Amino acid sequence: MNFLKRTLENIKEQFPTFQILNEEGKVVNEDAMPDLSDEELKELMYRMVYTRILDQRSIALNRQGRLGFYAPTAGQEASQLGTQFALEKEDFILPGYRDVPQLIWHGLPLYQAFLFSRGHFHGNQFPEGVNALSPQIIIGAQYIQAAGVAMGLKMRKKNAVAITYTGDGGTSQGDFYEGINFAGAYNLPAIFVVQNNRFAISVPVEKQTAAETLAQKAVAAGIEGIQVDGMDVLAVYAATKEARERAVKGEGPTLIETLTYRYGPHTMAGDDPTRYRTEEEDSEWEKKDPLVRFRKFLEEKGLWSEEEENEVIEKAKEEIKEAIKKTDAQPKMKVTELINNMYENLPAHLQEQLEEYEAKESK
Amino acid sequence: MAQMTMIQAITDALRVELKNDENVLVFGEDVGQNGGVFRATEGLQAEFGEERVFDTPLAESGIIGMAVGLSTQGYRPVPEIQFFGFVYEAMDAVNGQAARLRYRSGNTQNAPITIRSPFGGGVHTPELHADSLEGLVAQQPGLKVVIPSGPYDAKGLLIQSIRDNDPVIYLEHMKLYRSFREEVPEEEYTIELGKANIKREGTDVTLVAYGAMVQASLKAAEELEKDGISAEVIDLRTVMPVDFDTIIKSVEKTNRMVMVQEAQRQAGIASYVVSNVQERAILHLEAPILTVAAPDTVYAFTQAEEVWLPNYKDIVEKANKVINF
Repeated sequence: MNFLKRTLENIKEQFPTFQILNEEGKVVNEDAMPDLSDEELKELMYRMVYTRILDQRSIALNRQGRLGFYAPTAGQEASQLGTQFALEKEDFILPGYRDVPQLIWHGLPLYQAFLFSRGHFHGNQFPEGVNALSPQIIIGAQYIQAAGVAMGLKMRKKNAVAITYTGDGGTSQGDFYEGINFAGAYNLPAIFVVQNNRFAISVPVEKQTAAETLAQKAVAAGIEGIQVDGMDVLAVYAATKEARERAVKGEGPTLIETLTYRYGPHTMAGDDPTRYRTEEEDSEWEKKDPLVRFRKFLEEKGLWSEEEENEVIEKAKEEIKEAIKKTDAQPKMKVTELINNMYENLPAHLQEQLEEYEAKESK
Repeated sequence: MAQMTMIQAITDALRVELKNDENVLVFGEDVGQNGGVFRATEGLQAEFGEERVFDTPLAESGIIGMAVGLSTQGYRPVPEIQFFGFVYEAMDAVNGQAARLRYRSGNTQNAPITIRSPFGGGVHTPELHADSLEGLVAQQPGLKVVIPSGPYDAKGLLIQSIRDNDPVIYLEHMKLYRSFREEVPEEEYTIELGKANIKREGTDVTLVAYGAMVQASLKAAEELEKDGISAEVIDLRTVMPVDFDTIIKSVEKTNRMVMVQEAQRQAGIASYVVSNVQERAILHLEAPILTVAAPDTVYAFTQAEEVWLPNYKDIVEKANKVINF
């Protein structure tokens, strides 16, 4: 008798790592090349460079005490922006707390992202047409909400999808499984992205699960899954684009695992990655850098130059500076505003407390 | 007018709102084809179709999380948690997510969700089916918690809960489902949330109760009357927010109060009500406010249930204590 565990033997063959550009920026999968114009390719690079600068500036601003809660993004640009680039404006994003760049490129003004970091609710008052929820703090909660959003989009007959993000650690949560299972059971237009950056704060993915890939978790929910080189923006884009097309055609949800790495700490609140990662590992991953390889690819095609990159860097720095000014100009938040945001109609006990805080705040 | 049980009144309210508003969706475990384990959704799927009334996979967190997601698309979800003891599985979705959506989004998004759920003791269930967990949700800012005490209130309160633009936890005491009938108008009507109901007027002592304890308090009031004691019985109807105005007015008249709940003394909302009443009305009180509640154990195993649950005799005893203080 030897029939147990046989299903796991060839799992990696079922979930090979989908790649289009290798680390040298060479196309290794011509058939899968997405149909993107030169302008679109340049726009992708523009966004990745911009986001890298935004990350560097955010870390610096945090250290100066000018930003609050911040989860660094460097290393994950291809996973974050490649998925977002495949979306349409009417698609609905349910991000985790590291997924602020996707919100920004989906239309959230930069100064509001900074206000979110500073703990001001105006950061979460999304402008009309920015279809998203604010960054989720509870790991996995957004996965089940994504199923609900997707069901709503489907019933409203919108040509749109719900896309949600979590990390490798998130796949251990019950809500992760409930989300993909609900979406599968109702055949919903949803895309579930797992940015596998190898560490849930400090716990390595090997301790998170016995599963060889995270993409294979799709199988248990009866949905499609794919593992993608998350440092290859073209592969991430192509996979998401196809998942989106399938979803709006009524062919159901997809789980996308992107293999990626965060260069920085978990957040700026005191995490020290040297306690759980080696320098060798860091430098191994830096060789896979999404910007480096895409830059090589574009330069080869004559679409990118150092001057252009410097222009983006300067533009990003300038816009960040302006956004911080606007952030600084935001009126200080009041407890009375928080009280007023609790219910549509204030109950009597909160009305009393409102008056108490109005008196305090008028002093 | 029709004579209805509470469960019939609940079904009727769901039907009214499914008809009134195409954004109303009713879903949960076994609510579709089966009509719910208590038949609260009997016939609704046949009448309104599988898009409006449907079964879900068996996962409470998923059910409420999905309701939050549906809210973002303009729906008005009415999910069912099959027994409220199962809400632990959905605590983040309820208290961490649905309750906070309006606040988190700075009043730009909201979750007009009504979570219906059976609860309450005395019907010999297995563990975690009968607990009074209203305190868990009443403690969470952003939620409203409604507990009807009979068929008439059940319909009016449920319609109003569904129309409310904030999340409402609507708890249905299982013992009340079929224990008595009341006249219930066939047309639609609403009962305002956050307003208590004086079920019986009296002058000597105020009994404040909700859910199944309203019936127990009314019975206690009858017993007290035999001894010449006139008890006023207040049904809170909504345990968050609490209608303190009605309680205070009553206490100013009777100068004595007994707080009654089925939940354990450390649970429920008794402590919250009592502390507020003493802050607002201490000079009107002739005696300490006493509380009738279950002992602070985990909900009783079935064989000890009848003694564990508060009953009208406990209420009479405490009422006599505050009268003779």
